[in-house]
Amino acid sequence: MAAGVAAWLPFARAAAIGWMPVANCPMPLAPADKNKRQDELIILNVSGRRFQTWRTTLERYPDTLLGSTEKEFFFNEDTKEYFFDRDPEVFRCVLNFYRTGKLHYPRYECISAYDDELAFYGILPEIIGDCCYEEYKDRKRENAERLMDDNDSENNQESLPSLSFRQTMWRAFENPHTSTLALVFYYVTGFFIAVSVITNVVETVPCGTVPGNKELPCGERYAVAFFCLDTACVMIFTVEYLLRLFAAPSRYRFIRSVMSIIDVVAIMPYYIGLVMTDNEDVSGAFVTLRVFRVFRIFKFSRHSQGLRILGYTLKSCASELGFLLFSLTMAIIIFATVMFYAEKGSSASKFTSIPASFWYTIVTMTTLGYGDMVPKTIAGKIFGSICSLSGVLVIALPVPVIVSNFSRIYHQNQRADKRRAQKKARLARIRVAKTGSSNAYLHSKRNGLLNEALEMTGSPEDEHMTKTTSLIESQHHHLLHCLEKTTNHEFIDEQMFEQNCMESSMQNYPSTRSPSLSSHQGLTTSCCSRRSKKTTHLPNSNLPATRLRSMQELSTIHIQGSEQPSLTTSRSSLNLKADDGLRPNCKGSQITTAIISIPTPPALTPEGESRPPPCSPGPTTNIPPIGSNIVKVSAL
Amino acid sequence: MWNKGESEGLQTLGIVVVVCSSLKLLHYLGLIDLSDDKIEDELEMTMVCHRPEGLEQLEAQTNFSKRELQVLYRGFKNECPSGVVNEETFKQIYSQFFPHGDASMYAHYLFNAFDTTQTGSVKFEDFVTALSILLRGTVHEKLRWTFNLYDINKDGYINKEEMIDIVKAIYDMMGKYTYPVLKDDTPRQHVDVFFQKMDKNKDGVVTLDEFLESCQEDDNIMRSLQLFENVM
Repeated sequence: MAAGVAAWLPFARAAAIGWMPVANCPMPLAPADKNKRQDELIILNVSGRRFQTWRTTLERYPDTLLGSTEKEFFFNEDTKEYFFDRDPEVFRCVLNFYRTGKLHYPRYECISAYDDELAFYGILPEIIGDCCYEEYKDRKRENAERLMDDNDSENNQESLPSLSFRQTMWRAFENPHTSTLALVFYYVTGFFIAVSVITNVVETVPCGTVPGNKELPCGERYAVAFFCLDTACVMIFTVEYLLRLFAAPSRYRFIRSVMSIIDVVAIMPYYIGLVMTDNEDVSGAFVTLRVFRVFRIFKFSRHSQGLRILGYTLKSCASELGFLLFSLTMAIIIFATVMFYAEKGSSASKFTSIPASFWYTIVTMTTLGYGDMVPKTIAGKIFGSICSLSGVLVIALPVPVIVSNFSRIYHQNQRADKRRAQKKARLARIRVAKTGSSNAYLHSKRNGLLNEALEMTGSPEDEHMTKTTSLIESQHHHLLHCLEKTTNHEFIDEQMFEQNCMESSMQNYPSTRSPSLSSHQGLTTSCCSRRSKKTTHLPNSNLPATRLRSMQELSTIHIQGSEQPSLTTSRSSLNLKADDGLRPNCKGSQITTAIISIPTPPALTPEGESRPPPCSPGPTTNIPPIGSNIVKVSAL
Repeated sequence: MWNKGESEGLQTLGIVVVVCSSLKLLHYLGLIDLSDDKIEDELEMTMVCHRPEGLEQLEAQTNFSKRELQVLYRGFKNECPSGVVNEETFKQIYSQFFPHGDASMYAHYLFNAFDTTQTGSVKFEDFVTALSILLRGTVHEKLRWTFNLYDINKDGYINKEEMIDIVKAIYDMMGKYTYPVLKDDTPRQHVDVFFQKMDKNKDGVVTLDEFLESCQEDDNIMRSLQLFENVM
């Protein structure tokens, strides 16, 4: 329940008068306002700046420092105010949280200082309002990254103890600056990559002639030399690849990574070339394989951070690039079609088909204009000029926009994902709060009955187990209790509901009712004992069991905790009519009767008309409205 | 074969396209005006702001003390800074007290009961007047207010349909997970019991007098009306 809405609780309770004529059962008593204090102003002195607020404002959040009794530690008797030696700027936000129910994060504030203050006042940062939550998360992540970077660089300097040989090698490969040997290796491989690339390039340059007036490329003239160079490079690359494979912490993942694929593709042609010797059929394919040698240049990306970033950026902007390509394709097809039909009439036109016109369109739109295909008809020229103008617009204009869009859309995508994740988290938070508040009611209902029953027996342990709920909470729960009374139905949680539904569909234990009814009058209540006869097992029924187990510490009576799961469900199976509103509040009843420990007369007859259910203990008179709360008096 | 006519047709088409695009270009440059502008009405943000009457007057009109009125107004103004509550806000506030189910229908009926002048918004005076009746009024006044709540169309009679709507709204607040399971005709059954009790002359409607009489005969109801005396 939101804090500010607590002020409307009197109105909601007053509106409950509208239910009264409709209700058939008497209503539970309202919780008494034991200490009816007039609302007072309290002064909070934070490093000299005085804040004042109503006491009830602070009590809205009882699980924070200011809302609980923890603030009494800071109470200054002489000046009759609460003194906190903390930052007054952040305290402003904290106090506004109490007033409005929304926690805001000021942008000028340092994230770690703010976190410290929140931790001091016992406020979880998760409740920061949506307006400021994104900013807060961004700053927090930046800070965490900074801390991680600091830690990493620290770790790099210190000598780590006893890494295995494999791990040292891997670290050397990934971070060349760790040792001189790694650095040497790094430079050597870089050098050889460069040599290999240059050889590939120079191989094809024609150098000199051979008798016969044929120009030979250098590769064929100095074949042996180039072959030796190539061999040497491939040797180095192979050794490097094998070493990396050996040192990798996860070999499978290493093999699948992009860099290793590039490595393999770079050295494969050589080995394939060795294997296939001078076979005329395959040598054509072998020549094609040589093209793959150019991939060695990508090995440079291990050496260059910038290249890696570019590759990563392209990958992340793939969707935008894809869209650009798609729109270009659309334009190309449109213009090619138009040009083809426009030029169809002219004689000896080069626009023989629409795909043939693609070439013209592309060349014109990118403003290349080779001139190998030109339109001759007037219509062709008109459309051709429109094509080239639109080409300018389509290509030249968006390029700088796209470049800046890269970063903008990239961050926006990330923010959209963040927001989606946050939305899920926010919905989960809301759901948790809702179930929390409804669970709080169910929990306090049990505890409330437990409490009052304990007060009867005068057990001294009631202080420990039950949390003292605030007045507002008890009033809210009283309101929900009145609603239950009005409608003659109870709130239960989802698990119990599922169980009941499941059980109501299995209606096949009519015969075993009566014998078990009459037999047991022991310490345990008759309902409990009756259930002990049943063998129905239910899957997720740990909830009742745990509840009872917690009560066990309190009550001195032994309740068969393990039998409890079958309790509520077999109870429902006893009645022929599955939906009868007569079943008493078994949860409550087993608590009260367990503690009172009075054997209850097994009076449940099969028909299910109006009569007090067996679980209401004999001395109902001792227990005031609580007992009557459990009894459902009349059928609907 | 492509004959001259068709290529001329394409020519004309090309020229038409050129002319249209140049017109559009001029329009974009702002030199000529082609579109028929619709005057868009600026949505005026009407900020309704209402200040209640003075504290003394309210104290005289209602059964609350000055202190209580202050506390009430602070809570009211916190949730509704503009000074009036509209139905949406009302529903939201009321739903927060009933997280299990759907409190919107009952909140709707409540809102209509509070909004005595049927303006669609509840001012602080209306709010406090109704609260004064509910918390500090006589039994007679409370019952009359409740009758007014049940009488949805405010015609002076409660018929079965209105009652079923109200009871259904109350049951909606319970939500799905109840024990025992809510059936579809539970509200109807409940209303039947109610009508049996309230409708003295069995004419199918309940008038104010019948209602007052029946409620005063029922001890349960009398006792529960006193339940919220000490809410403030």
